[in-house]
Amino acid sequence: MRIGIDVGGTNTDAALMDGPVVLGACKSPTTSDVSSGIVAVLKQVLAMTGVPASAIRAVMIGTTHFTNAVVERKRLLEVAAVRLGLPATKALPPMTDWPRDLADTLGRHTFMVHGGNEFDGRQIAPLDEAEIVRIAGEIRRRGLRAASITSVFSPVTPDMELRAAEILRDIVPDLSISLSHEIGRVGFLERENASVMNASLADLSRKVVSSFRNALKELSIHAPFYISQNDGTLMVPDYVERYPVLTFASGPTNSMRGAATLAGEKDAMVIDIGGTTSDVGMLMNGFPRESAVAVDIGGVRTNFRMPDVLAVGLGGGSIVRDEGDRIGPDSVGYEITSRSLVFGGDTMTATDIVVAAGLEDIGDRSRVAHIPARTIEKALDTIHKLADSAVDRMKTSADPLPVILVGGGSILISRDLPSASKVIRPENAPVANAIGAAIAQVGGEIDRIFSLEGTSRDIVLGGAKDEASERALKAGAQEGTVKVIDIEEVPLAYLPGSATRIRVKAVGDLAVK
Amino acid sequence: MKLTSEQLIDLSVGAAFLGTGGGGDPYVGRLMVQQCLDEGLSVEIVSPEDLDDDMLVIPTAMMGAPTVLVEKIPSGEEAIFSLQRLERHLGRKASATMPIEIGGINSTIPLVVGARLGLPVVDADGMGRAFPFLEMETFGVYGVPGSPLAVSDEDGDCALIEAIDNRQMEWLARAVAIRMGGSAYIAEYAMSGADVKRTAVPNTLTLAIRIGEVLRRARQSHENPIEALIGFLPNTLYRYGRVIFAGKIVDVLRETKAGFAIGRVRIEGIAPFTSAMEIEIQNENLIARVDGKVKAIVPDLICIMNTETAEPITSENLRYGQRVTVIAVSVPEIMRTPKALNVFGPACFGLKEPFIPIEQIG
Repeated sequence: MRIGIDVGGTNTDAALMDGPVVLGACKSPTTSDVSSGIVAVLKQVLAMTGVPASAIRAVMIGTTHFTNAVVERKRLLEVAAVRLGLPATKALPPMTDWPRDLADTLGRHTFMVHGGNEFDGRQIAPLDEAEIVRIAGEIRRRGLRAASITSVFSPVTPDMELRAAEILRDIVPDLSISLSHEIGRVGFLERENASVMNASLADLSRKVVSSFRNALKELSIHAPFYISQNDGTLMVPDYVERYPVLTFASGPTNSMRGAATLAGEKDAMVIDIGGTTSDVGMLMNGFPRESAVAVDIGGVRTNFRMPDVLAVGLGGGSIVRDEGDRIGPDSVGYEITSRSLVFGGDTMTATDIVVAAGLEDIGDRSRVAHIPARTIEKALDTIHKLADSAVDRMKTSADPLPVILVGGGSILISRDLPSASKVIRPENAPVANAIGAAIAQVGGEIDRIFSLEGTSRDIVLGGAKDEASERALKAGAQEGTVKVIDIEEVPLAYLPGSATRIRVKAVGDLAVK
Repeated sequence: MKLTSEQLIDLSVGAAFLGTGGGGDPYVGRLMVQQCLDEGLSVEIVSPEDLDDDMLVIPTAMMGAPTVLVEKIPSGEEAIFSLQRLERHLGRKASATMPIEIGGINSTIPLVVGARLGLPVVDADGMGRAFPFLEMETFGVYGVPGSPLAVSDEDGDCALIEAIDNRQMEWLARAVAIRMGGSAYIAEYAMSGADVKRTAVPNTLTLAIRIGEVLRRARQSHENPIEALIGFLPNTLYRYGRVIFAGKIVDVLRETKAGFAIGRVRIEGIAPFTSAMEIEIQNENLIARVDGKVKAIVPDLICIMNTETAEPITSENLRYGQRVTVIAVSVPEIMRTPKALNVFGPACFGLKEPFIPIEQIG
């Protein structure tokens, strides 16, 4: 049996699962120490299911804690941002294009050193070890406790980052070091940004991970625990301590993966309807389709893989206008319990419509009895059209796919959608996040530029697949369950030299002892 | 005119539009120029009409793979070194630099050179859009030789190429660029002010800035940016533009041939458009067809834009499911003469169809 936990900004949710079956799920407010909120929700879920702590084999935790720290500019360390790449890269020093306040918070300790590699592995310049030694002295002098190291083309050739880390660690033994090749893909500034942010989270990540550990200990749950990362796969706690940025945006991924499990569908569309917006995404082979564009975190450009989600202004609190012709995009939001008609307010919301239509019984029904049948009909029509067009927009082909409804606002959708083969409303939809965490797999990924000169595409691709699978095993996947789920080849434009960027992702089931 | 930070952002949007899918993301170039502005340097943009006939203009650019450039960020001195090497070779100082290609990242490289050397940047270029090869320049079409060309890397390595023709120059320079790590920086097509006036596509830097501005302002005032853009074009040398299709991408096919990203994208129409449009890509969008009928063809611009946001979409970012609007724009006459079509017309990309101006296609 497994427990999935989602530590959100407001609520901490937990779901206890036996295989694919949800035995129990509940919510509890998130606490500032994280730990007591987790303890509370775990106690609840164990009590309601009667499952003893000793029967739990694994605990999976999803958290927005690290994203929030960056967004709020809180609990961040000052960072020595070390770059290996001179004479290249000089035009744009580290933290260029960062929001000023965040760069200030991190202290703007930037160092540029000779080093780095070309796309085919040649050196741009040899690593200047004396310069690294000097930087180590500077780090000590300034009392810095965290550093990031980013070398040009380190996703292809990580050696210089490793060597520089070795030198820094020799001189400053307790320095937390983030290596960019462990964090990001090709795309220098974005990868460097992520590494610097990662380093700034070094203290917080140790604290958060230990609060997770303490919470489980307090309840005598001795099972190993894991934390979900942005692509929906799991990391072991030691790894999260070192690479907290990899948890960024694990929330939407978990929610979509949870929806897939609840509905028993691998290829489907998911609509997560909240109070103000609906997030629509697509599941392919059980995983969310990823966005191709750069993602800003706290104002900083990164190239993390995030689920491609379309947010449309349709939610339970969406304001109804023009006799039902227009719904949203504005919403009464969290004020729904005071401003919507059924709760005694004076604003007609989407929720009022479904109550008036007799589809739900929320608040005071008599307060919406005056809404004309024509308005109700038209508003329901508009709601379904909005949802249907959002689904259609996110689909990759005209073939109808099942649509899975999750989120508190899913009561808005009562009819079939023309773009959907069927509409599924699973049980436990409000805790889809925690369920997504509980069912997460472990993965391995590589993303590099390969030279095809003197070799063949098949050999290169085969090697890349093996390496991704090996990484999944190393991350804790069960032997025999690892599958390659995604291969992407992008030839380098304007460069006749058979260089191709190849990305391979493999996942497997978690090996649980 | 001194370039402002706001104009720089507008420029990078306009340059992406004029890149018609290729030319590389101007993001890194924009940051490099911004860095110059932050250091207190300025970028002076001069109209080609204001050039003295006998002054020397040396255009500068990046060549190679934008995918490499986004990883191996330049030192910022490569193109300067190429320009200075060419000055030494010619025994003359340049009075200005100029873009060779307004589409994509190459709209920004000369701005960095201009800011760092205190040279004005001529408001003109040699492509009027983006093209994959260095010989595809109006400069060359109307008799300015590309050679001598200087190509440099961040180490200070520099090769000087004197080729028998512009095509051979491109061929040799590309080989050197690969040895330099896949992206390198060039100075070429050195010419007089008189030659600029005679052979360059004029006012394209300010055009790119204006395109970005029109899109931005329309978005801010909740007007339709694509309509605003089409309404703006008649005031420019690119007199005519229209929406040739709108729909949803249902297929993206990619392959490499001789190092070039060849592809095809299929867009299924959304009312009032029916049937499907197919666009062939060789880094840039080359030809758009519906049911086998040509709807727009190179060198006219074929721009794929996000229907929702009116942002230009580059070839590598085309994806299934995107809602897109395709705009075709007429290029200036200087790019449509028989001589010009000989160098960058449909046949130069292996297309069988002849060039038909977008205004004459129903």
